[in-house]
Amino acid sequence: MQFGIFTVGDVTPDPTTGRAPTEAERIKSLVAIARKAEEVGLDVFAQGQHHNPPFVVSSPTTTLGYIAAQTEELILSTSTTLITTTDPVKIAEDFATLQHLADGRVDLMMGRGNTGPVYPWFGKDIRDGLPLAVENYQLLRRLWREDVVNWEGQFRTPLQGFTSTPRPLDGVPPFVWHGSIRSPQIAEQAAYYGDGFFHNHIFWPPEHTQRMVEFYRRRYEHYGHGTADQAIVGLGGQVFMRKNSQDAVREFRPYFDAAPVYGGGPSLEEFSTQTPLTVGSPEQVIERTLGFRDYVGDYQRQLFLIDHAGLPLTTVLEQLDILGEEVVPVLRREFAALKPAHVPEAPTHAGLVAAAGGAKDSTVPTAADDVTGTTVEARA
Amino acid sequence: MTTRTIAVLSAGLSNPSSTRLLADRLTTATVAALRARGDEATVEVVELRGHARDLADHLTTGFANESLQAAIDTVVGADAVIAVTPVFSASYSGLFKTFFDVLDKDALIGTPVLLGATAGTARHSLVVEFAMRPLFAYLRAVPVPTGVFAASEDWAGGGDTALVSRIDRAAGELADQLAGRPAATKPVDPFADPTTSFEELLKGS
Repeated sequence: MQFGIFTVGDVTPDPTTGRAPTEAERIKSLVAIARKAEEVGLDVFAQGQHHNPPFVVSSPTTTLGYIAAQTEELILSTSTTLITTTDPVKIAEDFATLQHLADGRVDLMMGRGNTGPVYPWFGKDIRDGLPLAVENYQLLRRLWREDVVNWEGQFRTPLQGFTSTPRPLDGVPPFVWHGSIRSPQIAEQAAYYGDGFFHNHIFWPPEHTQRMVEFYRRRYEHYGHGTADQAIVGLGGQVFMRKNSQDAVREFRPYFDAAPVYGGGPSLEEFSTQTPLTVGSPEQVIERTLGFRDYVGDYQRQLFLIDHAGLPLTTVLEQLDILGEEVVPVLRREFAALKPAHVPEAPTHAGLVAAAGGAKDSTVPTAADDVTGTTVEARA
Repeated sequence: MTTRTIAVLSAGLSNPSSTRLLADRLTTATVAALRARGDEATVEVVELRGHARDLADHLTTGFANESLQAAIDTVVGADAVIAVTPVFSASYSGLFKTFFDVLDKDALIGTPVLLGATAGTARHSLVVEFAMRPLFAYLRAVPVPTGVFAASEDWAGGGDTALVSRIDRAAGELADQLAGRPAATKPVDPFADPTTSFEELLKGS
C-alpha cells in the first residue's frame, strides 16, 4: 500500500499570527514538504491545480519537475489535474515530459474542478463539466497511446496527424486516478477504463465515500477488469497529531476555526465525528485510518492532507516526522497483514512496464504518419 | 384502502406556536378528508426549529448531519407535504427557506403540497401566493389551489369562522390530489447501474 500527502497549495494566513506566506515562500514550502515526505519514507506527493488566488499551483509539472530533481523514490502525482479546463494536449505533453525527467515516478488524478468562474477563463462552461471530463480524457488516452492522432470532438479544435511529444516513457502512459466526491459518472469513467478511483474523504461523512467506492468497485468488475475487490482505490484524509491528543486539539483548533472550508460551521469535535478528520494522538490516527478499510475494503493508496489552513511549515514538517516515524510504519504492517494476496498493490511505472511486456522506446523518429506514410510537410 | 404518508413541516419558533397550531389543524383536516375518501394516513412532523443549527451547518459543510438527513428523508419520502411558515419581513422565514435551499431541487417534483402561513396581521395575507407558491413552482411540486393564511384575528374567533372553511377546503384539495395516486416512489438511486452506457457518453449523447 502507498502512503503519501496531498496539498491544495493554498496561501492562507496563519490565524495565530495573521501572517500569510508569500507566494515564493509557499511554493518553496511545497518543495520542502515533498522532500521531507521522501525523507521520512512516504511514497507519494500530490499537488492540486488551481488558477485563482489564494493558490500557487497553477503550473503543476513545473513544481513537480523541480521536486523530481530533488528526490529519488517519491511518486509525484496530482490532486487533481483539471481535465475539464486544461487542454488534454498540454496534459499529455507535460506529464510525458515529467515521466522522462522523473524516471517514471509519475501518475495523475483527474478532477473536474468545482470553481465556476475558472471555466470561462479557459473558454469552457461549468455546466459542461461532465461531458468535458469524458471527451478530454478519452482524447488524452489516445494522445498517449497512439503515435498519430486524428481527432474531432465537441470542445477542442480538431487534430489532424498530431503526434504528442515526448512519447510516454518506455511506451507506458502514467497511471491515472479519477477523483470525485459525489459524481457516480466519474466513478463509472474510472471503472470503464480500469483506472484508479480516488475519494478525497475529507469534509464529508464517510458514507459518501463508501457509496462512491462501492459503485466504482461494482462497475470495475462489470467492465471485466477484475473482481470488485481488485479495483484500485485511493483515499484522502486529514490529520493533525501531537503526542497527547489534547495538545493536538488545542493547537489545531485556531486553524480549524479559521479554515475557509471548516470555519463558521460545526465545531472541530462535530467535524471529527461526522467526517474522517482526525485530530489527536498518532495512535488515534492509526486506529481511525485502519478503520477506513472497514467501509471501502482493501485499498491501494492513502494520502493525508497536512499543510492546510495556514499551518506553518515547521509544524507541517513535524507532522511528517510523526507520520513517517510513528504512523505509517504501523499502517503499512497492519494493512499488509490484512490484505488478501489477490488484491493488487497500487500500480507503479515499473509494474505497468512489466505488464506491457517490457520497456520499449516509443520515440517517433520522423514526422511520418504511420498510417499513410506522409509527413506533415508533404501534407501541407 | 391506501395508507398515505404526510410530512408536516412547521417553521414555527415559539412553543406553543401559531404556525404549529395551523399545521396541526391542516393535518387533522387532511387526515379526515383522506379517511372520507377511503384512505388512511401516517403523519410525520418535522419541526424546523430543532434543525436550525443543522441547517446552518449544512450551508457551510455541504452535507446534512444525521438528524437533518432524517428530517429531509421524511419530507422527500412522503406522499404529500403540509408546509407552514411564519411570515418574517413580508415573506417566509429564513429558517423555512433554508430547508428548501439544502433540499435537492428535484426532490419534491410532483409532490402534492398544502401551503400555510401565519402572521400577526392580516396585511400579510397574500404571502402564500406571492412568496410561497413561486418557491414550490420552482421545485415543481404541486401546491393545491387553496393556501391557508392565518393572522392573529383568525385565532380569536369562534369555531365556525372563515379559517375553518379554508382549512377544510385546502385539506379536501390535498386529499383529492392524493386519491387514486400511486404511493410515493423512492427517489432515483444515483448509485444504481447507469441507464446510459459509457460508450454513449463517449459519443456525446
